[in-house]
Amino acid sequence: MSGKTLYDKLWESHVVREEADGTCLLYIDRHLMHEVTSPQAFEGLRLSGRRAWRKDSIVANPDHNTPTNHWDEGIKDPISRLQVETLDANIKDFGALVYFPFKHANQGIIHVIGPENGTTLPGMTVVCGDSHTSTHGAFGALAHGIGTSEVEHVLATQTLVAKRSKRMLVKVDGSLSAGVTAKDVALAIIGRIGTAGGTGYAIEFGGEAIRALSIEGRMTLCNMAIEGGARAGLVAPDEKTFAYLKGKQFAPKGADWDKAVAYWKTLASDADAKFDAVIELDAAKIEPQVTWGTSPEQVLAVGGRVPNPANESDAQKRVGIERALQYMGLKADTPIDEIKVDKVFIGSCTNSRIEDLRAAAKIAEGRTKAASVKQVLIVPGSGQVKRQAEAEGLDKVFIAAGFEWREPGCSMCLAMNADRLAPGERCASTSNRNFEGRQGAGGRTHLVSPEMAAAAAIAGHFVDIRKSF
Amino acid sequence: MKPFTSLDGLVCPLDRANVDTDAIIPKQFLKSIKRSGFGPYLFDEWRYEDSGEPGMDCTNRPLKQDFVLNQKQFKGAQVLLARDNFGCGSSREHAPWAIEDYGFRVIIAPSFADIFFSNCYKNGILPIVASVDIVDQLFRECAAQKSYQLRVDLETQTVRNPAGEWFSFEITPHRKHCLLHGLDEIGLTLEHAEEIKTFEQKHRVAQPWLFN
Ligand code: SF4
Repeated sequence: MSGKTLYDKLWESHVVREEADGTCLLYIDRHLMHEVTSPQAFEGLRLSGRRAWRKDSIVANPDHNTPTNHWDEGIKDPISRLQVETLDANIKDFGALVYFPFKHANQGIIHVIGPENGTTLPGMTVVCGDSHTSTHGAFGALAHGIGTSEVEHVLATQTLVAKRSKRMLVKVDGSLSAGVTAKDVALAIIGRIGTAGGTGYAIEFGGEAIRALSIEGRMTLCNMAIEGGARAGLVAPDEKTFAYLKGKQFAPKGADWDKAVAYWKTLASDADAKFDAVIELDAAKIEPQVTWGTSPEQVLAVGGRVPNPANESDAQKRVGIERALQYMGLKADTPIDEIKVDKVFIGSCTNSRIEDLRAAAKIAEGRTKAASVKQVLIVPGSGQVKRQAEAEGLDKVFIAAGFEWREPGCSMCLAMNADRLAPGERCASTSNRNFEGRQGAGGRTHLVSPEMAAAAAIAGHFVDIRKSF
Repeated sequence: MKPFTSLDGLVCPLDRANVDTDAIIPKQFLKSIKRSGFGPYLFDEWRYEDSGEPGMDCTNRPLKQDFVLNQKQFKGAQVLLARDNFGCGSSREHAPWAIEDYGFRVIIAPSFADIFFSNCYKNGILPIVASVDIVDQLFRECAAQKSYQLRVDLETQTVRNPAGEWFSFEITPHRKHCLLHGLDEIGLTLEHAEEIKTFEQKHRVAQPWLFN
């Protein structure tokens, strides 16, 4: 018998029962929640007279609808406000381990606050009515997004009805060159496998270059597993993981800590484990990436040119390229570094942690944004990140560069609050989706790393940070 | 949940790949705390000339005439024919809610995004994975014939075209059972409450740090 993958170990340690067709009841350890995908689940619970099975599994906080400035004025949009207040009321009625209401000092994007409090731990199953729950796989937790009916199911039963995924290993060996980040690795992988490449799989990221990433970098990578079609991304926990977690509020303490670490060390794929698919990349060949189209797989190295549909032989793909170019307002064969941006957004659960802000500040230090750039938003991922950045003086660097320093939240990642692109505006964004209208109806999004976004803000167009900064 | 057994449904072809959940139901509509009423906003940016806001009355909004949902011959369609990776993007269940509320009960595509796929089943929608060749053929036939209908039968797991040709599709016995009978999955799971408690007890002993 061959060995087990990390995914198998996590899965098997949570199966409550299994039907003949492979459908399992999977026990859920951590249930993260935000205001957008939970109201209908609580409503369903109420209508059927059910209670929350284990309220101490719930970590919640509003993030999508909350404004990122003028907090003293509250939430002006009455529909947004009602949704946030509904979460307040639901948590009050049903309970939670952690709840940070709007304006709480620790409020932030749910995928940022979970890890920073130690409520995400290796070996856990983590779910949330949000596809970027894959972020938490960076700790060696089986973490993925669920729909609202499933949110209700987890609330009521502490389990999920699920089937085992296939296993994919994405191995990145060698080392990344200076100026190339976890975000570029994520985009390069998606460019390689496509947005449907991981469909039906849980992806484990391995290899030297992944081990060399910081925990925050691993979160960035796992965050975008969903853009590669995989519900879950995974990195095996190691000494870095343990060091990151030690002392966090909800991390185990004392004898429990030693016991936990001993167990966590077993959470790696066995040497002889079999994967259903293996993809290999050479880290040294990965360059800073920029998306040019309306799907994350439409991505290129910064030195490239926007594709020409005339060179595509597959008819369906050709139409896809033409449509994307038209929406993005780009001409075929334009060099990426000649594309000018109107706005820059640095934030989102992909890239709003302290290391991201440090990286952006390093580029911005002593420089100012190009006059042609209308707005540069810096949105920290949580209250804790914000305080840390201010303690390091990063806010001052940004403000001196003409950037705006905002309150934490999802912000212009999906533009449910007031932060958004106007039709036709072009944005360099550190978020994860460049779909049509994602950052505002008619808005045009180019996904990049924090360094590349900050550099675009200074230059007014995309630049290769390896050459210009 | 509405049960699904079989239907003879008019087919609406949506000929583009990677249709994402932001396109299916744009984010401004996610502010609703209700489960219903999303149908008029399905594919809002592709369907209307103006920009939609939640609560808006859609009856007099200017339509993008060339968008397939706005073409008369597809009014009342119950089967959505789509391309690869349908429903990619976010986990928002508002996407299947909007599709169901509009009137679709079946989606046929070569592939679906995982979360969207499982969300469909929870809402009485049957997502059918068919080969690229079959999907190509259905698109061709749909373009060639007026009022092109398909007969979809869940019991026998088959789809039949007007010429009587058919293909079969896969579905897990569990999902089939729930869909055929319109069952509340939570009720079914709670029949195993004792097993869940036993598991939980063991889990708590093995990893006490997971329980606060
Ligand atoms: S930051 Fe963006 S991707 Fe992340 S949870 Fe918020 S809206 Fe979703």
